[in-house]
Amino acid sequence: MNQLLGISTMVMGGTGVLFALLLTYTSKKFAVEKDTRIEEIEEVLPGANCGACGYPGCSAYAEAIVQDEASITLCPVGGTNVASQIGGIMGIEVEGANEPLIARIKCDGGKNCTNTFEYRGIQDCHAADALHGGQQSCKYGCLGLGSCVAVCPFGAININENGVAEVDPTKCTGCGVCVKECPKAVIDLVPQNAKVHVLCKNKERGKEVRQKCQVGCIACKICERTCEHDAIKVENNVAKIDYSKCVNCMACVNKCPTKAIKDVSKNEASVCCHS
Amino acid sequence: MIKELLLIFIGAMLVNNFVLSRFLGICPFLGVSKKVDVALGMGMATTFVMTISAIASWAIQFYILEPFGLSRFLQYVSFVLVIASLVQMIEMFIKKTSPNLHKSLGIFLPLITTNCAILGLALLAVNKGYNMIQSAVFGLGAGLGFTLAIVIMAGIREELEIADIPQGLRGAGITLLTAGILSIAFLGFSGLISM
Repeated sequence: MNQLLGISTMVMGGTGVLFALLLTYTSKKFAVEKDTRIEEIEEVLPGANCGACGYPGCSAYAEAIVQDEASITLCPVGGTNVASQIGGIMGIEVEGANEPLIARIKCDGGKNCTNTFEYRGIQDCHAADALHGGQQSCKYGCLGLGSCVAVCPFGAININENGVAEVDPTKCTGCGVCVKECPKAVIDLVPQNAKVHVLCKNKERGKEVRQKCQVGCIACKICERTCEHDAIKVENNVAKIDYSKCVNCMACVNKCPTKAIKDVSKNEASVCCHS
Repeated sequence: MIKELLLIFIGAMLVNNFVLSRFLGICPFLGVSKKVDVALGMGMATTFVMTISAIASWAIQFYILEPFGLSRFLQYVSFVLVIASLVQMIEMFIKKTSPNLHKSLGIFLPLITTNCAILGLALLAVNKGYNMIQSAVFGLGAGLGFTLAIVIMAGIREELEIADIPQGLRGAGITLLTAGILSIAFLGFSGLISM
């Protein structure tokens, strides 16, 4: 028995060492010379491998910049800071600095929304969506099962007490991974500084929305008339804010009969101090 | 001799297709079968790795494991070790010598190295007591069978992209159904040869 143990250890150890040596030798002998700029860019990039740039990860993006002349402003996580650093390495000027964006869940339904049945399946938004679009009567709202929470590379999303996903604006980098993941397309990328948002995506008419949700947009157009800056328009039965025109005056927030338009900065002040 | 090899080849490729009748290598079969050209690349890489690993496992079995009487319990771990390092080495070699081949094949090589179809092939070939040439033919047949299955699957899935599928079946549901029906279709080969 002991002899067998010894032989096996020796054989396996021997093969292991032999192949380790062979691998080391091959990796030295067949080393491919890489452009040193690729490594430099990789160090500048955030290293989150979120894929928001459209490449499989930070190193693939770095390679694409050097070899295929990809644009250097594709990394939304690093923003203009990283872009200018990459520009320094590549000797390119950065043009058109973008305003930082963050993700927002455009729904405040949750417990405000009625259910048509009770969903007891897999706790995943895609699975729930496949079954008649989820248990809620509103087919446009957040399902609250956290598929976005699971994919967020920065841990910036959680499900709040209302049963709706919520983005922590201090952690969100605007990579847009959750936007692609959400089966309801209820997450939008919005300017970081925008305070006023329409937290509803329901395209049905006012009467139907009222029956389903207490805080849905009923397309009454009061906000459109109230706004002095022409920044909010009702399209497809749901109000939409043009962030380039909105000055955060809160006129529409105060007038909205269903409170579908919200000043999120207030809300976040209270959220921050809980945790 | 030739007839025997042909039987092994056809048997591994069609009758006992690795994916559709042995249910090995399902992961790449479902994961990399969205586009025909990508599926073909994956299939070629798998064929290559399978042939190499069949020969390597034969060598390990008859030169190392059997003389020391270790084949009962060291098969799995030694095959995994040897196949993984061998493929790694070949990948480095291709990367240096032929960047074009590496681009089309290289990204799949690390993926396929420790796939269960590869290990399954190594173990099957050894357990059947094949010699070196038989092992190589067995690996080649199994690899081409995998390629055939994954390319057919990719072709069907490309068509399914534009088909009107009931909502609850979209995605994984219809893919698994397709795989099942494909598997039943391959059952038709079962009377082709008897080994």
